[in-house]
Amino acid sequence: MSNQKSNKTLVIVLLIIVCLMAVVPLLALKGAEFGGSDDAGSVMIEEIHGEYEPWFEPVFETLIGGELPGEIESLIFCLQTGIGVGILAFFMGRFYERKKGQSNKIE
Amino acid sequence: MNTKEQRIVAISAAFAVAYGIIPGVSAMHIMEGYLPVSFCIAWGVLCVPFLIAGFFSIKKKLQENRRSLILLAMAGAFVFVLSSLKIPSVTGSCSHMTGTGLGAILFGPSAVSILGLIVLIFQAILLAHGGLTTLGANTFSMAIAGPLLTFAIFKLCEKAKVNRKVSVFLAASLGDLLTYCVTAFQLALAYPSEAGGVAASFGKFLGVFAPTQLPLAIIEGILTVIIIIGLESFARPELKTIGYLKEGEA
Repeated sequence: MSNQKSNKTLVIVLLIIVCLMAVVPLLALKGAEFGGSDDAGSVMIEEIHGEYEPWFEPVFETLIGGELPGEIESLIFCLQTGIGVGILAFFMGRFYERKKGQSNKIE
Repeated sequence: MNTKEQRIVAISAAFAVAYGIIPGVSAMHIMEGYLPVSFCIAWGVLCVPFLIAGFFSIKKKLQENRRSLILLAMAGAFVFVLSSLKIPSVTGSCSHMTGTGLGAILFGPSAVSILGLIVLIFQAILLAHGGLTTLGANTFSMAIAGPLLTFAIFKLCEKAKVNRKVSVFLAASLGDLLTYCVTAFQLALAYPSEAGGVAASFGKFLGVFAPTQLPLAIIEGILTVIIIIGLESFARPELKTIGYLKEGEA
């Protein structure tokens, strides 16, 4: 049981570290743009290669005839996170309850 | 894998090797349309044997025990979550994690290639993030090269009897880092700089990706450890069926 407890503390400490690591750059670098590093890549290509015209447009952008609006993009990203978290949480919950049921039975 | 399956994998591998040599080839995700056509095809073909091997490996795992489907779904969901979270980094730009470490540790590198491919297709079509033409290259870096390293490090640590949480952390974070190194290398191959060739341009691309990715790799390592702790506490029977925990381990 003490093992369980130390795991719990460890998880909490780790989560705090993760949050700090994500938030600190935001606070420390005021005014930074926080664009994607993918975009930084395309800037670098132009630096090395000169002007570069992508030869293929994303399918979805061609379909709606323009760039995906930022809000919609974050919607889809949220959807992706939501699907993932939903599956993870659902099964974790089932595992948790199962374990609780088992230990009750033993007692 | 039975012999027929092995043969298919071998044939596709041979094809990939042959293809890789003939044209003298010469992400995070590489942007849509930013890779010359020949590179797109070459990287794509290179992925095929891994994907086929992954498909068979998943099929075999599921035939052995249907219950491993749950863990597989969770590993896939983990990739979904982590690769959708864009996190600010010390360099002032954002990047996201791969999340493939968990799957590689639980199921081995080939099975993850399928999971990674699903996520990449989702992002390429709906989000214009990565791309269909660069799918091959991105799959190779995120769903094949990274997980391979993760798996290798994890096995190595297991042999050396390193604490399991430490080895999970090392494996996941280094695998994440390698993904970006491979992406830098892929871009460098396609865009060698005029002065120093591939190597100089590799350094430049790495300079863009590495500092951003380093803290994220650490975060990915930590998150993978957390989910492993959770699974180890509550899902021991499942972990045993897929061979992550040995029988008789408390």
